[in-house]
Amino acid sequence: MHLTTNTILICAGGACISSGEESVKEALERKIKEYNLQDAIEIVETGCMGACSLGPIMVIYPEGIYYQKLTPEAAEKIVEEHLLKGRVVEEYLYQGDKDKLIPQPQKEIPFFSRQVKIATRNLGVIDPLNIEEYIARDGYFALHKALKEMTPEEVIKVIKDSGLRGRGGAGFPTGLKWEFARKSPGDEKYMICNADEGDPGAFMDRSILEGDPHTIIEAMTIAAYAIGANKGFVYVRAEYPIAIERLSAALNQAREYGFLGENILGTDFSFDIEIRIGAGAFVCGEETALINSIEGERGQPRVKPPYPAQKGLWNKPSNINNVETLACVPPIIINGPEWFRQWGTEKSPGTKVFALAGKVKNTGLVEVPMGITLRELIYEIGGGSPTGKKIKAVQTGGPSGGVIPEEYFDTPVDYESLNNLGAIVGSGGMIVLDEDDCMVDVAKFFLEFSVDESCGKCTPCREGNKIMYEILDKITRGEGTEEDIELLEKLGNTIKDSSLCGLGQTAPNPVLSTLRYYKEEYLAHVRDKKCPAKKCRDLISYVIDPEKCVGCTACARVCPVNCINGEVRKVHEIDQSQCIKCGSCIEVCRFGAISKVSPAIE
Amino acid sequence: MPKIKSLEDLMKIKENTLKNVKMRELGKRGKIIVAMGTCGIAAGAKETLNAIVEALNESNIDDIAVVQSGCMGLCEVEPTVKVEIEGETPVVYGHVNPENAKKIVKKHILAGELVGELIVKQGKE
Repeated sequence: MHLTTNTILICAGGACISSGEESVKEALERKIKEYNLQDAIEIVETGCMGACSLGPIMVIYPEGIYYQKLTPEAAEKIVEEHLLKGRVVEEYLYQGDKDKLIPQPQKEIPFFSRQVKIATRNLGVIDPLNIEEYIARDGYFALHKALKEMTPEEVIKVIKDSGLRGRGGAGFPTGLKWEFARKSPGDEKYMICNADEGDPGAFMDRSILEGDPHTIIEAMTIAAYAIGANKGFVYVRAEYPIAIERLSAALNQAREYGFLGENILGTDFSFDIEIRIGAGAFVCGEETALINSIEGERGQPRVKPPYPAQKGLWNKPSNINNVETLACVPPIIINGPEWFRQWGTEKSPGTKVFALAGKVKNTGLVEVPMGITLRELIYEIGGGSPTGKKIKAVQTGGPSGGVIPEEYFDTPVDYESLNNLGAIVGSGGMIVLDEDDCMVDVAKFFLEFSVDESCGKCTPCREGNKIMYEILDKITRGEGTEEDIELLEKLGNTIKDSSLCGLGQTAPNPVLSTLRYYKEEYLAHVRDKKCPAKKCRDLISYVIDPEKCVGCTACARVCPVNCINGEVRKVHEIDQSQCIKCGSCIEVCRFGAISKVSPAIE
Repeated sequence: MPKIKSLEDLMKIKENTLKNVKMRELGKRGKIIVAMGTCGIAAGAKETLNAIVEALNESNIDDIAVVQSGCMGLCEVEPTVKVEIEGETPVVYGHVNPENAKKIVKKHILAGELVGELIVKQGKE
């Protein structure tokens, strides 16, 4: 056996790849070869490690030293210093509060240590393209247990008892879904994995498919056994090429090892999976639209009932589960329902993966027990505001969700509690907003997305959301009226009540929830032509404070329309009639002399 | 690759692969640090390192990490090896040729006894 003294786990999740993981890995390999260490050092590309704002990331074992924000030069230095001479390279360590260097943040920092990893248990730990590493972490043991020691009914009972609920958004009990599909008459049934993750900012499903594709194959096979299906589909969007590539490789390996195909594990159960690539329409995440899309039809939702469990793909009984939901299944089968229930709340057991983003220090993927408070999630795990500005609210659930103001941050995160506040857990997107974020603008952003993504089948969604968007646009331009605000509320409620699918039923949520908590911001836009967050361009002006301006000319030089006048060492002034409000001047001023005011100066 | 049919097949793969994967998990019992400075290498530290890894594998020890380091500053007694077991005083051994390396693994790591004649120093620096 050759001698491996160090193993380097390098994160090959999407975010790290786009921040340069490939060139870092090349530099590592080149330098390791130069010193003839290639037999002693193993490099493993893993799935997403979660701390995306720190990427590219790698961890060197056996010490477990965590290096972040890497460059090819950093990689070369780490080979020479750490791997060759055994000295930790301090400049690429994680920096905690007060610049304290933390070589093993995974043990000490709440962002890592407060997480409970079930769905993401193998992310950043194994090589996703190596089935044997998955097996080493108890992979395919759940399949063996289900197929050889349990009846389909027993499998369904375990999942029902665990209280696992759909992680894609709606939170429907998974075991119940399986039971409906099982009991639905018919000998031809289908097991579908919904990997059409579309919420802007949410990427847990992609990370799981990229970092641990075998868990989805194992879970789908277990589910297929439970409902009595012999054919499965993974519906994944074309925007996820790495996920597709790794899943395809994993499918081939699983067939080779006998986990897919005829007579799995020597039993008389047979099952295989095909990948179907979607074009990336948000509505295809809705299960009936997804079914249409697999059939080759236009991605538009169908009327429910009949539900997919009765008449799904090609009108056969079908079961559809989301990626993250499925990733929880193998550990539940191995460890039992009570094990899963030790985390979370009575009605929302287990854990949930959240994509933390926005005005928070640690952004990325975190898996935490359900029932954790928003405050813990945002301040302890997320590390609070990176700039010291006051955090105002959090937007959860993406375009189908809503905002939750700071005064409700002690609410536990579970399906019911967030629904009561007018937001949703949804797929787990969490965007933290601070005092610089305008609530009307936030609502407009999400609504624009839903308007783009509406399939056009139902008039209220197709036309109504467009009208709502136009009203919001008017308000942000300072042309709205108080009647407009009333109309927004009325339209929003009508669209919710009269749309066929989840997209239309939830599209007005961002508007309705901001209206619920931040009506005064809407009124300020309408009555005083004022944007309290100083975000809406038409309602602000840039001004120079004559007390602070030293006449350095930096702003005048950077202004693209030359509207800043003034001589060297004399106070400068902005010509408001020419200013395009691009904000370039405020960025270059080193004296804090330029500020924004609202309402705008005529 | 013959298809997997039984729990035994799965266990076999798990055990074979676990050694590699375990290497990446924290919480090892301790580590053996081999000084691989120029002086150490010249004195035969590479052979020592190989001997240690072989000895660990022979005895199926997977909770001890083997790490390389730079010169410890004890060039006259190279190759040197430091054994750090959690909760115990670190021990530096000198003149560790492959034969002595095996002795250290057998006595210190497996039996928990110090190899008195090879000790250069004990305790933290």
